[in-house]
Amino acid sequence: MYVAVKGGERAIEAAHDWLAEERRGNPEVPELSIAQIREQMALAVNRVMAEGSLYDPDLAALAIKQARGDLIEAVFLIRAYRTTLPRFGGSVPVETDKMALIRRISATFKDAPGGQVLGPTFDYTHRLLDFKLMAEGAASQAQTRDAAPEPAPHILQLLDRDGLMEPQPRHDSTPPDLTRAPLELPATRPLRLQALTRGDEGFVLSMAYSTQRGYGRTHAFVGELRIGTVAVEMDIPELGFAVEIGEVELTECETVNQFTGSKTEPPQFTRGYGLVFGQSERKAISMSLVDRALRWKELGEEDTGAPAQDEEFVLYHCDNIQATGFLEHIKLPHYVDFQSELELIRRLRAEAQATAAHQEAAE
Amino acid sequence: MNAPHHDPDYNFAYLDEQTKRMIRRAILKGIAVPGYQVPFASREMPMPYGWGTGGVQVTAACLVPEDRLKVIDQGADDTTNAVSIRRFFQRTAGVEATEKTTEASVIQTRHRIPETPLTEGQILVYQVPIPEPLRFLEPRESETRRMHALADYGLMHVKLYEDIARHGAIATSYAYPVEVEGRYVMDPSPIPKFDNPKLGGNPAIQLFGAGREQRIYALPPYTAVRSLDFEDYPFEPSKANHDCDLCGASGSYLDEVITDDQGSRMFVCSDTDYCETRRNAGHRGRLSPEEAR
Repeated sequence: MYVAVKGGERAIEAAHDWLAEERRGNPEVPELSIAQIREQMALAVNRVMAEGSLYDPDLAALAIKQARGDLIEAVFLIRAYRTTLPRFGGSVPVETDKMALIRRISATFKDAPGGQVLGPTFDYTHRLLDFKLMAEGAASQAQTRDAAPEPAPHILQLLDRDGLMEPQPRHDSTPPDLTRAPLELPATRPLRLQALTRGDEGFVLSMAYSTQRGYGRTHAFVGELRIGTVAVEMDIPELGFAVEIGEVELTECETVNQFTGSKTEPPQFTRGYGLVFGQSERKAISMSLVDRALRWKELGEEDTGAPAQDEEFVLYHCDNIQATGFLEHIKLPHYVDFQSELELIRRLRAEAQATAAHQEAAE
Repeated sequence: MNAPHHDPDYNFAYLDEQTKRMIRRAILKGIAVPGYQVPFASREMPMPYGWGTGGVQVTAACLVPEDRLKVIDQGADDTTNAVSIRRFFQRTAGVEATEKTTEASVIQTRHRIPETPLTEGQILVYQVPIPEPLRFLEPRESETRRMHALADYGLMHVKLYEDIARHGAIATSYAYPVEVEGRYVMDPSPIPKFDNPKLGGNPAIQLFGAGREQRIYALPPYTAVRSLDFEDYPFEPSKANHDCDLCGASGSYLDEVITDDQGSRMFVCSDTDYCETRRNAGHRGRLSPEEAR
């Protein structure tokens, strides 16, 4: 009996209906609202915004709801939506040293102008399940304090003054846009950073971890990690000046890396940089380690052949939407190709058996 | 299957006009340099990478409201992913859809070239997973681009030679590499090598889109295309050694279908439109229902 593949159309419709039903779960349990996801699953929302390259907490929350909590699927929804948005232009570079901080720590200096602020962190919590959260507990209230009045300049700038830090001259060229131009190698550092900031958190984390374990060692210290909101300004040509169009929450990480000098560069501290939407410090730290590892060429370091030093390897494999799509496409029918493989194997086997039989007869 | 209006929430054929223009430029460049992989700024589409995003973008850039679109996967119009892509364009472009190869002005395909010969004015859009024919010999893009620039294809010939030395035949049965107009070695997408002879001298425009890998390439009408081989080991297109059990066709590519757990099999045309057209014209195969004979 020949069971044709007819019925694809009906099957798809039925599958979508079933999916919608499963998404809702038991209808006796109250439905999640977008606001609940945005407020109570904020770190998931942040990850979706970062890897989706679109800063919109409500849309990210919607994507998480629609994706049944599958964050890569949610990132995918956001990316596809992003394609349909017009591009008005680039913003003025955000001033992260003027960030309204909720967290700022340095692992290299005990104290620095502006002070250290722990902020809302999992660090130093004991990872014990809090069974009180199973019941609906009242919100706890944290103590408050006015923000420190003094400015909190970047800590690495302070090292810069002594000439111990590699200088980082400011330049105002427009950075390339990975989403508007095909990736071509070798990539510039701004392009690499762009790829990393929207790269898969797990991939970037593992790459960074591999440098710590010796595959392209970078000797990193967290010089500064800061989280907070910054104003986004844009030049409006008709007005002739920049106006604030909104604000975004960012996590910025600068690492200090030991560097004993090379043929081209004197001994000094070097930098790795990470900047990610939202409160995403694991990603920001990972990004700065990978950034530093990828800078081996410009600093005249040795290529040890480590994966994290390999720009082509890192940039071509860090995007989880590309990766998951291509990986999962092997679910699609391949029977035409498989059929041609079947014929090839049958023919090669027949030839091999004929040769063997021939040899046996000859012996 | 008519869908006269497109979804007003989206621009015609989903992509904005500037993006379509960028893709058309890449297509034109591809047509001007047959077989050369043109980098293009592939967009994130609402279907996954690897599921035809390159083909979808090329189709989107080619479509005009008067077009009649056919979408096939594995030669069939009714495979799930073909249905999904056809629906996408019916919704976002409102173009008419057809299953008839002869009636379509644009055909998007995955893994097959239709059996019915194409004609001038038709566009065949291929979905391409890995556009680089040298990829599995050299994983680095920077290196393979250099090899194409220098027409340095020695590695490919060595691979084919090693196949013959080891297996007595070239052990590539699909995505069989071709040389275009004596210059670029090109991946024809994972079509069975049975389809390779249809690539050359084809009156239709053939466009290849690889979304994830951000490449577009093309074969303009009547391009010379040669499947790589050796004088003493000439290229041989191959298919199952059977006739179609439904329409009796002897020269079409066949799918093998397992029909019970006793090892029974039947062979049917992978091109469903071709098979149906033949059956409607009265052709019968080994397993055609009795009353129809």
